Amino acid sequence: MKVSLRVENLRIYYRTLRGYVKAVDGVSFEMGDEEVLGVAGESGCGKSTLGNSLILLKPPMTYMEGRVFLDGEEVPIWDNEKMRRFRYRRISIIPQYAMNALNPTKKLKVLMDDLLREHGSDFKSHTAEILRRLKMVNLPESVLNMYPIELSGGMKQRMVMVISTLMNPSLLIADEITSALDVSTQKAVIEMLLEFKSRGFVRKIFFITHDISVLYQIASSILVMYAGKLVEKASTDEILEKPFHPYTEMLISSLPKIGIKYGERKLKGIPGQPPPLLKPPEGCRFKDRCPYRHSKCDEEPPIVEISDDHVVSCWKYA
Amino acid sequence: MMVLENVTKIYRIGTFGGKRLKAVDDVSFEIDEGEIVSLIGESGSGKTTIGKMILRLIRPTSGRILFNGKDIGQFKKNELKDYYRKVQGVFQDPFSSYNPLYKVDRIFDIAREEFFPDIGRNEWKNRIEEKLRSVGLNPLEVLGKFPHQLSGGQLQRLLIARALVMNVRFLVADEIISMLDASTRIDVLNLLAELKDSGLSILFITHDLSLGYYISDKTVILYRGSIMEYGDTEKIFNSPAHPYTISLMESIPRIDERWRMRSAVIQGKEKSIRNGRMCKFYHRCFKGDESCVEPPLIEVEKDHFVRCSKIGT
Repeated sequence: MKVSLRVENLRIYYRTLRGYVKAVDGVSFEMGDEEVLGVAGESGCGKSTLGNSLILLKPPMTYMEGRVFLDGEEVPIWDNEKMRRFRYRRISIIPQYAMNALNPTKKLKVLMDDLLREHGSDFKSHTAEILRRLKMVNLPESVLNMYPIELSGGMKQRMVMVISTLMNPSLLIADEITSALDVSTQKAVIEMLLEFKSRGFVRKIFFITHDISVLYQIASSILVMYAGKLVEKASTDEILEKPFHPYTEMLISSLPKIGIKYGERKLKGIPGQPPPLLKPPEGCRFKDRCPYRHSKCDEEPPIVEISDDHVVSCWKYA
Repeated sequence: MMVLENVTKIYRIGTFGGKRLKAVDDVSFEIDEGEIVSLIGESGSGKTTIGKMILRLIRPTSGRILFNGKDIGQFKKNELKDYYRKVQGVFQDPFSSYNPLYKVDRIFDIAREEFFPDIGRNEWKNRIEEKLRSVGLNPLEVLGKFPHQLSGGQLQRLLIARALVMNVRFLVADEIISMLDASTRIDVLNLLAELKDSGLSILFITHDLSLGYYISDKTVILYRGSIMEYGDTEKIFNSPAHPYTISLMESIPRIDERWRMRSAVIQGKEKSIRNGRMCKFYHRCFKGDESCVEPPLIEVEKDHFVRCSKIGT
C-alpha cells in the first residue's frame, strides 16, 4: 500500500471554560492512495472533529500536538494562513448538513465564482469543466442561475459535490453526507461519489458516518473511534468478519439486519454511555461498558498490530 | 383497533394557499391489538401526516379514522380526553419534546394533572418509578434532571415511560430511533417489542427498512401519499412485488451483501407524467408504460396487497 495520508499522534481539543474537551486524543493512522477510508463511531466520539481538523481549525478547536503528511508533504494544520495553500485545492470537504451551507442570497454561479476567486481562480476559467460535471450528476445548466432555495435536497447535495471537488483535491472529507437521506437517494449519492473518484476528480475519500452498513458498501478500510481514541482499524471485510476490539464487536452485533426478527433472535445494545471527554477516565475509555474489563484496563491500552493493516487498542491482545 | 378508512389529506400550499398538495391519498389500513405496523416511506411520502391524523393533531380532508369502532373525528371534550388517555405519540427529536427550562419530571406532572387528577401523588410517583425501571432507566439517575443532562436515548425512553405510566393502548412512534446511536437504538427497539408482547399496539413510522423488519408484524409501503404495497412483513421483504419496494430493498445498505453499483452517473431519465391518473411511481419505474393508469390495490397472495398494473405480466 502506497501511503498518501499519514496522521501521527494527533490531539485536537476544544477549549472551554471548564477545561479542555479531549475530542481527538492521540490518533495515528495511515491512508493509502486512492483509498476510501471509513470512519465510524457514535456521536461525540470525535470523528467529525478529526475530519474537520484536517482542513480548518475553527475555534474553540485547539491544536495540541501531532503531525499530518499528505502525499509526502507536511500539512501545517496548526497554521491557518499556511493552510490556505491546501484548503479546497488539495484537501476539500463536503461538510455535514452541506445542503444547508449554501449562501441563500447568492445565485449558485456567483457563489462558485466567489469561492474560486478566493482560491486564485474564477468561474470563467472553469466554466467548461463545471458544465461537464453538472451534466454528469444530471443537473441542468440552468441551476447556475438559480438560488439554492430553488433546488431540492437531492439537487443541492449533488451541487455541493460538484463544488467541493472542482479543484480535483487529493483528499476529500465526506462528513455524514448520506445520513439525512432516504435509502434510494443515499445509494445514488454514493454511486456518484465513487464515479467521481474513478474519474480522478478526487484521489481518496475520508468517509465519516455512524452507519457501518453504508461503510461496508464503499470503504476499503474502516477506522473505529470511541471517545476521542482510535480503537480499531482494519480492512472492511476483516473488521466486519472478525472484529477484535470488544466495542467494535458489540457495535457490529447490535446492527439490525434484514432476516433477523425480534421474535427469532434478539439483538443487544451496549449498556451505558460514553465517558465525558472533559475528564475522561484513566486507561481504556471503554472499560466501564466492557464485559472483558480487568485491572489492567486502568492503564492506557497499547496499540497492538494484529496483522499488516489491522491494529487494535486493547489489553486483551497485548 | 385502529382503522383508517379512505383517509385523504390535502394541504394548501404556496403564498396564498392557492396550490393544493395531496399529502395522503385514499389510504386504508388497520392496526390490531398487540400489533406493530411499520409505515415505511421516503421524506414527503405522507407518513408523518398519517401519524398526526391518528393523534388528531390534524384532521383528514376526507375519510375516517376509527378507534375501537368509533370515529375519532367526532370525539368531543370528555371522549377526546379519554382518547388521549389511550393513544399517545413519541416523536423523532427527543430534545425538542422537552421544555429545556424545566426538569424532565414535568412531562409526568402534566400528564397527571391533565388526565389523571384523581390519582394521588404518591401512587403516581410509584407508578413512574416502576415504569422507568421497565424501560431500563434508573429513577435516581433521571428524575430531577434537566433535559440537557440526559442523553437522547434516555430522553426517548422517558417519553415512552410517560406513555406507559398513562397506560396507553396505542402508540404512534414517529422515527423515534433515527436520532439515537447504534449502540442504544436497538435497546429502544427491543423495548417496543416487549411492550407489544404486553398488548400495546404500535404504529412504527420509519424510513429504515431493516428496523421495520426487525420488529413489525405488518408493513405499509407508502409513496407520495399512496399505499404501494401492504401486508405481512415477512411476505413483503421476502417477495416484494411492487417495483418501488424492489428498488427500496436493493438500496438498503446491508452488512452481508454489497450493492450492485451502477457505473453510469445518470440513472434512467425521469419520464414526465402528462396524465394525472397515471401511477404515481410511473416516472421512476423500470416497468412502467402508457397502460399504468390508476392501478388498483390487488391481493397477490394472502395478506399481501400490491398497487401495480404490471402484476403478473
